[in-house]
Amino acid sequence: MLGKQAFFRHSVFPQAGGMRSARQNVIRRRGTGLASLWRYFLAGLGLAALLVGVLAAVYLTAPHSAQPVGPDVSRTKKTDNGLYVASFVPEHGVVRQGELESWLLTLKTKTGASVERAAITISGGMPQHNHGLPTSPQATDYLGEGRYRIEGVKFTMSGWWQLRFAISSGAGSDTVLFNVVL
Amino acid sequence: MRRFFCFFALTVAAILAGCGKPDFSDAEKKMIASLALNTLPALKPDTTNRFADVPAAAALGSTLFFDVGMSRDGTVSCSTCHKIDRQFQDDLPQAVGVGRTNRRTMPLAGVARDPWFFWDGRRDSLWAQALTPLENPLEQAGNRTAYAHYMRIRFGERYERIFGPLPDLSGIPPNASPLGSDAERTAWNAMSGAQRDAVNRVYANIGKAIAAFERSIEPSPTRFDRFALDLATGAEPKGDATFSQEEILGLKLFIGKANCVTCHNGPRFSDNGFHNTGVPPVAGLPADRGRVDAVAQVEADPFNCFGAYRDGDASACGELRFMVKDAAELVRAYKTPSLRGAATRPPYMHAGQFSSLDEVVAHYAKAAGSVEGTSEIHPLELSDRERAALVAFLKTLSE
Repeated sequence: MLGKQAFFRHSVFPQAGGMRSARQNVIRRRGTGLASLWRYFLAGLGLAALLVGVLAAVYLTAPHSAQPVGPDVSRTKKTDNGLYVASFVPEHGVVRQGELESWLLTLKTKTGASVERAAITISGGMPQHNHGLPTSPQATDYLGEGRYRIEGVKFTMSGWWQLRFAISSGAGSDTVLFNVVL
Repeated sequence: MRRFFCFFALTVAAILAGCGKPDFSDAEKKMIASLALNTLPALKPDTTNRFADVPAAAALGSTLFFDVGMSRDGTVSCSTCHKIDRQFQDDLPQAVGVGRTNRRTMPLAGVARDPWFFWDGRRDSLWAQALTPLENPLEQAGNRTAYAHYMRIRFGERYERIFGPLPDLSGIPPNASPLGSDAERTAWNAMSGAQRDAVNRVYANIGKAIAAFERSIEPSPTRFDRFALDLATGAEPKGDATFSQEEILGLKLFIGKANCVTCHNGPRFSDNGFHNTGVPPVAGLPADRGRVDAVAQVEADPFNCFGAYRDGDASACGELRFMVKDAAELVRAYKTPSLRGAATRPPYMHAGQFSSLDEVVAHYAKAAGSVEGTSEIHPLELSDRERAALVAFLKTLSE
């Protein structure tokens, strides 16, 4: 607790001198106490406003592209050793979580020729959850012009999925990884 | 100065208290909306069961579901374990039919939406699932030809109105099955191929009728769904749709730091997948390796989607066709159960290992390793307050 002198020093009321009765002292103390309360409240409010101001400044000046950079989700890419250009798209355009779906893998050589009779195996999973795919997708059909139907693709949760394709044809063996973020 | 800090703390507390209203990010709102029951799509037709949506088949299925005559000793029906007034489960750590099994009875709300059945997915359709307990010596303990005879004697006319004429069962032994006792197996093997097929067809139709009935068992809206709907539409939650601070914290943890929504997602709070989460085995029960041992069982099941008793074409068999068969992660992997209604149906896990939600949350926070295979879950730093909040949120899925 602050002493009597301190109370007087901090009081907003003019200080009266001389002797006072005990009762008067009590009244004086109450009066100065309330005044101090008010000052502290104002000071607290001021500091809180300052805090809000600083936070607002930080928030407003922070770069808005502060989102972590996600994996490369491009649907067309060169295979790892550059033998093929692969593209991987859902056959019916949209991806629905929890449904068995078919996707199309299109394979071209570096020179743009369609890759035919390729042997394709598929693996993958969720790198952040330490588990593989919930299904075993397979290349079930060759549709011409380098296009292969990949059936049995199922994404059971939102998040970052990976599908790895091992591709083997007359042009050689190569691999490619596609990221799918739901 | 002490008083100064006191006021400062009070002021900050007052400001923070103003932020106590449900305050979710857009991503959180999107996730919450994806869990609400109003996003559950209409039940798809089951082309493998052409009686799935035939009312007379569902009515017969309902009769069979509650009929204790559908067991060896006339005391056990589907409803013995799937109790209608208990979310179609039995509150026991392991189901008890004619004998004690090694697995917890699963509740049935929304079961027709599952791609796989039982805790380990050893059946691939609702009708093939319904057939399995009928012949399990620990459940209904019957045998295939006895069921065919029982259908003719007890329900012949109803059966024929739905499924067409019953086969001639006059030369069929009273007790025979490929899965039964030595005597039953011998009797089954002595039957002609045509007789076995005729009995299998009647047997499959029993499953199809029960499945038609079970398709009507669907989850009901809960407090969470009312809260989520108000959040999505921007309406002020009223009455029991209002969440307490604790329930909001629990929901935020569920879809955030605690990672529950990784597997418990969608309006049924399940990804329909199989995961090893390090749930310990129960002493005294037979070895149980979960999904890894179910793969061969579903492939060998004559009533699976590739079998002769499926209706429709094989395009419905995608789950079986593209099933994961040999991954290490199938060891001690069990199905993600729905969390709807979970708070009022302890005990938990595939053999009733945990008696309360507190124990379940403690298990997931600790993330002990699996006795076999590798657990997918990782330890979590959760305070006592956060654990209690998760449990409080889970209760909103039962109210």
